[in-house]
Amino acid sequence: MHELSIVMSIVDIAQQQAAEANATIIEEIEMDIGCLSTIEINAFEFAWSQGVKQTLLEHAIKKINRIKGKANCSDCDTVFALENMYDACPVCGGHLINITEGKELRVKSLVVC
Amino acid sequence: MCATCGCDSNGHVTMHEPGHHHEHNDDHSHQHKKIVDVEQDVLHENNLLAQRNRGYFDAKNILALNLVSSPGSGKTSLLERTLTDMKGELEFAVIEGDQQTTNDADRIHATGTKVVQINTGKGCHLDAHMVMHAVQGMKPKENSVLFIENVGNLVCPAMFDLGEKERVVIISVTEGDDKPLKYPDMFYSSTLCIINKTDLLPYVPFDIEKVKANAKKINHKLEIIEVSCTNGEGLQQWYGWLKLKVLLPEMA
Repeated sequence: MHELSIVMSIVDIAQQQAAEANATIIEEIEMDIGCLSTIEINAFEFAWSQGVKQTLLEHAIKKINRIKGKANCSDCDTVFALENMYDACPVCGGHLINITEGKELRVKSLVVC
Repeated sequence: MCATCGCDSNGHVTMHEPGHHHEHNDDHSHQHKKIVDVEQDVLHENNLLAQRNRGYFDAKNILALNLVSSPGSGKTSLLERTLTDMKGELEFAVIEGDQQTTNDADRIHATGTKVVQINTGKGCHLDAHMVMHAVQGMKPKENSVLFIENVGNLVCPAMFDLGEKERVVIISVTEGDDKPLKYPDMFYSSTLCIINKTDLLPYVPFDIEKVKANAKKINHKLEIIEVSCTNGEGLQQWYGWLKLKVLLPEMA
């Protein structure tokens, strides 16, 4: 259940950024969460509902961009969509792959006032 | 209050042996609607502290290893055996992470090795901040090996860089051979996989070739060493790996 730690880190980042912008209200927060990141989205939603209470994010609109997994094959250079981390290259069947997208876990932007 | 890292609250983490506690809150105010481009990794704070730890370890040529696994794979037994067998050959220090008790630290202490126990309270993983303070308290020697035994959990610790040089995932043959597929993040982020309890292979339906193939599907760079802490099989290979990493740090 590391999702709560993650939510608390997001709260810290958002509140710090709001403070630097001299803002007292966060209206919206946009985040990138890759499909291959270690975030279980249901657990994240639950952690969010509890973790943002009495913080500047309590009433903020939450936008999450789910970024799909993508990899390239070291053997045959194919770039392909990766649904599971154990997927093989669809062209050569190899596992010498490098994940290029889908591990994101970042706060993208805030709308504050 | 922590002067070095500007740390924020860490719940109910406690350090046994030198360590300290701190808390602070910050809240500020003001007006006018605008968009703030943040573009910050959520784990940014942890990663900064991890890099700080890494710099400290590099400067002192300390080989910091983050040992991760499910509960009961034999992390502590592997350490006990290693610390006993390699006594006099290499200098060691250990950080033990568990939710509760000092049982593991007591076991390590009994081998005559310097050890700090971190109790995470309800926390399911160690983070760079906890390790930083544990290291400040224990001051591991130069050219030593620092084992950081993480909380037994194959999920959460995968996300948290502690500043280690290498991450070592341990799996025992009493677990399922599909574990790397079920818990890919840990195998993806590790550099060495130790398969423990190989003396039990005749009694369990564990296909060792299958687990290796599964682990390689997740991480083709993963090194694999098979050991038994009970009959000593394979341990020389593990000790050789350790010695190589300490003696040739620039190649590690």
